[in-house]
Amino acid sequence: MHEMSAQVVQHHAPPTSFVRKYIFSLDHKVIGKQYYALALVAALCGMVLSWMMRIHLGWTNVAIPGLQLLSKNGAPGGVMTPEYYLELMTMHGTIMVFFVLTTAPFAAFGNFFLPIQVGAEDMPFPRINMSSFWVTFLAFIVLMSSFFVGDGPTLGGWTQYAPLNAVGSAGGPGQGLGVVLWMVSIALFCVGQLLGALNFISTTLDLRVKGMSLMRLPLSAWAWFITSCMGLTAFAVLLPACILVILDHVAGTSFFVASSLVINDQLLPHSGGSTLLWQHLFWFFGHPEVYIAIVPGIGIVSHILITNMRKPMLSQRVLIYCMGALAVLSYMVYGHHMFVSGMNPYSSLAFSFPTLVITIPATIIVLIWTFSLYGSKLRINSASLFALGFISMFVSGGVSGFFLAQPSIDIMLHATYFVVGHFHMVMGVAAMFGIFSGTYFWFPKMTGRMMDETLGRIHFWLSFVGTYCIFMPFHYLGIAGNIRRYSTFVNDFLQPLIPVHRWITVAALITGAAQLVFVYNLIHSRFWGKPAPDNPWEATSLEWSTATPPPWDNFGGKHPVVYHDPFQYGVQSSVGDYVMQASPEQVKTEHEEK
Amino acid sequence: MATTVHEPPNIDTDRLPDQRHSGNGGWLNLIPSDGDLHVALDYSPPPSSTAIWVLLFAITMMFAAFSSALFVRKGSSLDWRTFTLPSILYLNTLLLLVSSVTLEVSRRRVAAFMGGQKSQVESPARWLYITLFLGLLFVAGQYAAWSQLSAEGLYLATNPSSSFFYVLTATHALHVLGGLGGLVRVIRKLSKSTLRRSTLDATSYYWHFMGVLWLYLLFLLWMKL
Repeated sequence: MHEMSAQVVQHHAPPTSFVRKYIFSLDHKVIGKQYYALALVAALCGMVLSWMMRIHLGWTNVAIPGLQLLSKNGAPGGVMTPEYYLELMTMHGTIMVFFVLTTAPFAAFGNFFLPIQVGAEDMPFPRINMSSFWVTFLAFIVLMSSFFVGDGPTLGGWTQYAPLNAVGSAGGPGQGLGVVLWMVSIALFCVGQLLGALNFISTTLDLRVKGMSLMRLPLSAWAWFITSCMGLTAFAVLLPACILVILDHVAGTSFFVASSLVINDQLLPHSGGSTLLWQHLFWFFGHPEVYIAIVPGIGIVSHILITNMRKPMLSQRVLIYCMGALAVLSYMVYGHHMFVSGMNPYSSLAFSFPTLVITIPATIIVLIWTFSLYGSKLRINSASLFALGFISMFVSGGVSGFFLAQPSIDIMLHATYFVVGHFHMVMGVAAMFGIFSGTYFWFPKMTGRMMDETLGRIHFWLSFVGTYCIFMPFHYLGIAGNIRRYSTFVNDFLQPLIPVHRWITVAALITGAAQLVFVYNLIHSRFWGKPAPDNPWEATSLEWSTATPPPWDNFGGKHPVVYHDPFQYGVQSSVGDYVMQASPEQVKTEHEEK
Repeated sequence: MATTVHEPPNIDTDRLPDQRHSGNGGWLNLIPSDGDLHVALDYSPPPSSTAIWVLLFAITMMFAAFSSALFVRKGSSLDWRTFTLPSILYLNTLLLLVSSVTLEVSRRRVAAFMGGQKSQVESPARWLYITLFLGLLFVAGQYAAWSQLSAEGLYLATNPSSSFFYVLTATHALHVLGGLGGLVRVIRKLSKSTLRRSTLDATSYYWHFMGVLWLYLLFLLWMKL
């Protein structure tokens, strides 16, 4: 029995009513699951949108059955108009970046496991935590509602560049009400994430149990902490930017629309606005957002790899410093999205340098992973396979970043499929693999049941091969000059590329269908899976010291005491080759970091 | 107006720094690998003392974004028209600064009250009510400034300079209203004897920050409009 100290801080009583237990729950674990469910629904929506786009790109004139039901004007007879293609693309990007890549690895897993990993009973402000989820949920509803009101969702892309975002209906379908809904949704999302960051930071700094120094936090907890610091800075800037766009729409101000602008033969009433201002505000948020999506994945994957390698990383400390360096540098590189925007060319140089520098901490992280893996007897399971897949995607997608970081090369590759391939691999699919890895690893703790291992491996191999089949050709398309955001390829130089697009479409449909295996596994295991023991992976961090699933106050009315570094594997103890953080057992170890 | 508090508030002893409890404070609270926990600090700060700085940082970033938008917008356009700030703003500034002083007075009184010097401190909530009143006056004063500008024909959309004036002052006023909500909460908790020292401290940091932020905004508007 581990030594437990007396319980002191009681944040809230155990929930009694159905509503408090499952809907407006104050329990961080329920809120984490709610975030996960939201991300899952959003991911499926985003995936279906990408299917429709891919079918259209491969076979432009083929009618997609039922599409006309979604939008009569956008897809007459089931064949989408170019505007509708752009609307689907915008919604795909927005849903995936905000409601999947930010919510799942950070808000969902972070909410569930950060308090347990630091040994706390709950987040310090449970009501704020609950509002964080429900505001985010409202943001999702507002975003999706734009499919059904007015003339459809906005077509401006997930970056919503000015002046298109502020010119109103003159800019095309969805540019009036659609943009306003988009901006309201994202402003709400920012509020939700700021509330979340408030809890994450206070939890990490203030609620650690006795013995849990900062350097004893597991890497996943570090990643969530660093991400919440990034989110705090990034979302606090995007929020005012959205407010200014909304004012341009509803109050007639001129923040972003220049003078004498004529669009579709309409002279716009605005004057003197700065179009570049939006890009600065947006990318000051937008680039850190990329790291908000990937850093939790880095932490989760490190945590899972260590558990399956049965030995710590070469250096936990360097990994933490590198994640911190990514966070800091992510604010200094945002201008690399704007090399061709008309910004002063000298500032391109100033942004190019830190962009190349940021590859150094990223490279160190990958080297620590690979050298730690070298010679280890890795336990192969779905979680560790997806962790390896994460590294593969992160490297493959990251390498193309070197090219894009240089303004002279970027001028040619900008706005081509090369960029699309780059960010889909390095932040999209890599982060998704992090989510999958985390799901296979933590599902037993979250639900009390094991996931099916065979289905997990089938899911991995289909996803892994499928992803390369989809996104590697994107790079070739980009080098061949295939511009992104085109809904059809009528130009002479694009015609020969259509077979490549068809190949990608087929691969995307199959890879997408493979995700249904995951969804089936998730739902089936939730109800009929094998019951999970308390510590199925023989892991060391605090979440495995408590019952499965954890009681409402995490440790059953007690606080654990932490005696060891987070990853004490490869030692000899009474339980095996590991010693848990909360175990007072003395072991001889060569891995303890001084 | 002031409520009478009959009993001193219950002090949450577990929150006091000298108590041993399970939290782990200290930022670099390293524990040797032999598990000797006696060297570990046994005090963790109440979460609101961290959270308030997190909140203030987010608000700072938000106004930094608005400010940089103002600089860029003014620098890149030819349509910027300057106007004189309504003079009531200076009176409002004074009100907000005085309210910071009264809040500090009440913080000391409540602290003394909570510390058990009950006989020396009568109605510790009185100065909180005065602060609340001054805060409300400030918001009313800002409203008067907006009315004055719109009477002169300067609306939100009239010119980028007026747009920024309304956006910055209204966002600040909303945050001040949030601070007033916080003060009401403190008064309610004090009267129910459930006030924690950290809640009072966090609320007053927020309130002082509103004053500093306003001084910055006033300087910015005075320089740029």
